[in-house]
Amino acid sequence: MTPMQITFILIAAVTLVSAVMAVTARRMMHAALWLIATLMGVAMLFATLQASFFAVVQVMVYVGAIAILILFAIMLTRRSTLESDQASLGSGWIINALAAVGVFAALVTAVWAWPAAETVLTELPKDAEQLGLLGQIIADPNGFAVPFEVSSVLLVAVLVGAIYLAVERKPQRGGRQ
Amino acid sequence: MLRDWLYIGIFLLISLFLPAAAIIMAALLSPRKPNPQKNDTYECGVETVGESRVQFKVQYYVYGLIFLVFDVEAVFLYPWAVAYNQLALYAVVEAIIFILILLGGLAYAWRKKALEWQ
Amino acid sequence: MIDFLRDPIAFLTQWLNTTLLGWGLSEQAAQITGFAIGAFVAATGAMMFVTILIWAERKLIGRIQDRYGPNRVGPFGIFQSIADLVKIFIKEHIDPVGMDWLPFNLAPVLSVAAVLTMWVAIPFAATVYGVDFNVGLLYLVAVGGLGELAVIMAGWGSNNKYALLGAFRAVAMFISYEVPMVITLLIPVMLTGSLSMNDIVRQQDVWFIVVSPLAALIFFISQVAEVGRSPFDLTEAESELVSGFNVEYSGLKFGMFYVADFLHAFTISLLFSALFLGGWRGPGAEEIPILGFIYFAIKSSLVYFLVILMRGSLPRFRVDHMMDFNWKLLTPLSLVLVVLTALALKLMTGLSLWVQIPVLLVLNGLVFLMAQRMVTGFFRRRRPREVGDRSRPVAHYTPPQSDSEAQG
Repeated sequence: MTPMQITFILIAAVTLVSAVMAVTARRMMHAALWLIATLMGVAMLFATLQASFFAVVQVMVYVGAIAILILFAIMLTRRSTLESDQASLGSGWIINALAAVGVFAALVTAVWAWPAAETVLTELPKDAEQLGLLGQIIADPNGFAVPFEVSSVLLVAVLVGAIYLAVERKPQRGGRQ
Repeated sequence: MLRDWLYIGIFLLISLFLPAAAIIMAALLSPRKPNPQKNDTYECGVETVGESRVQFKVQYYVYGLIFLVFDVEAVFLYPWAVAYNQLALYAVVEAIIFILILLGGLAYAWRKKALEWQ
Repeated sequence: MIDFLRDPIAFLTQWLNTTLLGWGLSEQAAQITGFAIGAFVAATGAMMFVTILIWAERKLIGRIQDRYGPNRVGPFGIFQSIADLVKIFIKEHIDPVGMDWLPFNLAPVLSVAAVLTMWVAIPFAATVYGVDFNVGLLYLVAVGGLGELAVIMAGWGSNNKYALLGAFRAVAMFISYEVPMVITLLIPVMLTGSLSMNDIVRQQDVWFIVVSPLAALIFFISQVAEVGRSPFDLTEAESELVSGFNVEYSGLKFGMFYVADFLHAFTISLLFSALFLGGWRGPGAEEIPILGFIYFAIKSSLVYFLVILMRGSLPRFRVDHMMDFNWKLLTPLSLVLVVLTALALKLMTGLSLWVQIPVLLVLNGLVFLMAQRMVTGFFRRRRPREVGDRSRPVAHYTPPQSDSEAQG
């Protein structure tokens, strides 16, 4: 067992256990905190793959923005003040678990058939990750310039939709404080 | 690069461990005399009234959402900024269009009074 | 000895490695031990340094308020922080009723850890740095975001309405001010072409504050707001929210939040001087790292002094003013600044540096003046606010009724 394998198993175990706890936690706030642990675990997996930019962006966007948004949303719902006494697994959880295992088996088979999955993890030099290349491809008209602009339109659509839903209805409800 | 991440991981573990060790040491050194008045929730000196989890404003969620949109926008712009010195003028104009579309979104939010505190 | 002066970290690691290998450890274990010792020294040094920071702040605030700071305990009161440390160590840890154990106890630790891990990517001298990370700048932004999680966990774990409310207000402020910070950081990255802090420092033959002072100003303001210092300290407003999210904490857990606060304030001074003031650059800093370290220390101390000065002299912002200032002024201003700087720099490529920098300075000045005109014009043009929408009943003078009519 090389140290990389041990590290990977540890990080994967942390991620999976946090994911299971996030789904089965009794209180919503705990579920959100376990979700944050899962997202940090995914960031650590990116780090072991030496994709530094993606690890850092994962923490910055997912943990720094989306997790906080989820926490705000949890506080907005009234049900979060109630604690469910029974475990929140739901009645058909065996079927869901079987479906998850089936999806996992399909993904593993697909990845195993990919020839590049055989590469061994070696330590790359510092300049192996070329963000400049990514930037050039983003700006290149033959590259991804159109998806780049479309993504900004998508972001504005998200903004407009959420503002319409969140702000427009306030006068109708008589001013929720 | 793996060495760098290893160092960061060790640094993070140690910086989590040091304050925890200090707090545990302080917990061992300090007295422990809990009584109901001390452990009660603090509410400016009077007894707590009502449920402890309060309902709060939608405005927090709107701020979080606008922050998310601008954060993702910035994440798209960082590779462009790294490659800035090698890009031609049209690439700069593309990114400017990107930013202007998002400024339009901000202007919409401003008009719809989504940025007000109340 | 010259080797030690030129490259202290490599020298020490080599010495440590040879010693540990001589003791029979494998190479990887020796490396990990070296890392652990380095991290331990850096983290402990940072936390011990906080005592000096607290002392300096208290003396300075005292002088700003026309009084001596602490001056009883030791010469110039330098042992005051140690006395406070001893006192806070032995205070009782009170656990509030109904608290959530893990978030409540994890929050102060995470708060300090989020600030300490920032120190790994900051270059202190030409060869003294933790990690020469190729995405160092974004790493610093991301780790700063972890501190906001600690605030929410503190507010939630306390089982206290006011703590929760204070925590959410604080986090709303933090995430709002992160937007102009992240956007203005694009400008040093554009000027350097790399996200690595070392590269940014090395590229500053001309300090970036000269090239783009408005970006430096916006970055500085948003960083001061991120820390939660006055004039942005609504999280600690004693008259408003009774000390905010850390109201239920006592003893060293409370102390840890303050350690995190002061350390974060110093870390942003380090960041600002590394990004905009040239970091460790100065005459002779390339060959002798100690000189670079001294330059860096002087620059960040000046910035920290400025932060303390802001705290001591400016009144606290009202929360809606603060949000308006961010979303309606700083964010559009930073976006416009990035657009104009990108355009100007690209149109001027190939021209000599003596042409580019004055043009950029003039650009910054124009944008600043335009923003100022718009803000003051906005206030002058604003209609006086009406008090109410409905027509209020106006008091009329009614002559007093005679007694016969009142009885009938």
